[in-house]
Amino acid sequence: MADFAASTPAGAAPAGYRFRTATTEPTWVRWTLIGSVVAVLSVLLFAPLVAVFAEALTRGFAAAVGSLANRDAQAAIRLTLMVAAIAVPLNAVFGIAAAWAIAKFDFRGKAFLITLIDLPFSVSPVVAGLCIVLLFGANSALGAWLMANGLQVVFAAPGIVLATMFVTFPFVARELIPIMQEQGRAEEEAALTLGASGLRTFLTVTLPNIRWALLYGLLLCNARAMGEFGAVAVVSGKIRGQTNTMPLMIEMLYNEYLSVAAFTMATLLALLGLVTLMLKSALEWRFSDQLAASHRH
Amino acid sequence: MHIEIEELAKEFGPTTALHPVSLSIPSGALVSLLGPSGSGKTTLLRILGGLEFPTSGRVLFDGEDATGLSVQERRAGFVFQHYALFRHMTVFENIAYGLRARPRRTRPTSAEIGRRVNKLLSMIQLPDIGRRYPTQLSGGQRQPFGALDARVRKELRGGLREIHDATGLTTVFVTHDQDEAMELADMVVVMSMGRIEQIGTPQDIRARPATRFVREFVAA
Repeated sequence: MADFAASTPAGAAPAGYRFRTATTEPTWVRWTLIGSVVAVLSVLLFAPLVAVFAEALTRGFAAAVGSLANRDAQAAIRLTLMVAAIAVPLNAVFGIAAAWAIAKFDFRGKAFLITLIDLPFSVSPVVAGLCIVLLFGANSALGAWLMANGLQVVFAAPGIVLATMFVTFPFVARELIPIMQEQGRAEEEAALTLGASGLRTFLTVTLPNIRWALLYGLLLCNARAMGEFGAVAVVSGKIRGQTNTMPLMIEMLYNEYLSVAAFTMATLLALLGLVTLMLKSALEWRFSDQLAASHRH
Repeated sequence: MHIEIEELAKEFGPTTALHPVSLSIPSGALVSLLGPSGSGKTTLLRILGGLEFPTSGRVLFDGEDATGLSVQERRAGFVFQHYALFRHMTVFENIAYGLRARPRRTRPTSAEIGRRVNKLLSMIQLPDIGRRYPTQLSGGQRQPFGALDARVRKELRGGLREIHDATGLTTVFVTHDQDEAMELADMVVVMSMGRIEQIGTPQDIRARPATRFVREFVAA
């Protein structure tokens, strides 16, 4: 099987002919595609974001910031950050464990496990919230027992953490499974034959190979954990200053026609998401050489 | 190290990868497992290395049962067909990995590791690639041998033979290329369908193929 190409002397190219690679499209195709993508992104993503920022600032910057100084607002911000700080690391651990088991081992019930991981994506968050209320609420045996031992789950922070974890469980695992499956077991086997222990192999071979997918999964998980509304709305009880998260607070303020306060909180929530995205870009830029070397992200 | 394989068999679910095979590998030998894909040669090698465990049978290293030893306990070097380089490490770090993975008591100092890695790199005549990542190497630089042009392959085979002779290790390698097997090995084990067809020196196997399969395979 031979690849061959007929070559024309460079000078023999017809007038107006420009060298281009085989994958290049004509200019009008390119600009039509780029233009339509920019238009869609502007209308769907950028404009709403700007509208939220603008709405928050209708009475000026001081009024916007002032609305956040409120004690209930600060409690909501604290609760949201705390819930994300608990739910995301736990989901990272469970996600890595699940992806590792699925990608590197063969066992009975693997297909079932994969389906189970996808469950939170296919079940409505409201249903997830109701499940937690049924399971841990005061009317259930488990809930009553926990309550008797001083741990209130529903209408308290533990319930919010559980609901958030349920909804965001698939993000890390879903990011990791395909990349771990593609990478196979060869590098781990090589490390083991070189005398590395299981833990060392995991820390020096498995983990570095998945770090970009892991980071991406963590960012998605974090963004969704901070933004989750439906499941948290069911389990939280919306007690101001206690079990109100930022998304719940936004809805509450909006329903009370406190639009500056509502949109300022919304802006802050959006900014938290943007910060995580910028963090990712910064890391990608910082480690671009390793990224290029590993050919993946 | 003398390796004794006794009635080793391996099943993967309903498929039999290896029917009971027995083989004795003298200390210091360079042995080639030769056969088409699916013949069980890689399964046998992986069992020897401790990456796979047999369904039945035993492996003896210098007369001691090694069947249940973990891959780390065997301390068997293993070269993978698809090189299995650590893609997130430089070539230097790839080579140093085994030394760095040692328990603290037996781990050489960082300077000593550097010296030994650089010595190896100059031994394979690629002293300048230490700081590159595996994806930045050419196909030929990545592997012991494979789809290389004939001259480089020959050189590398010579190199492997030299390293083998210099270290005095017992070496088992897997190939489906009969020229490679015949040229390099002291002893060739021809395999097919999970069974050993013939064991002998390259000359033996060429001159007196034991079965029709061996005759056809080495003639190909």
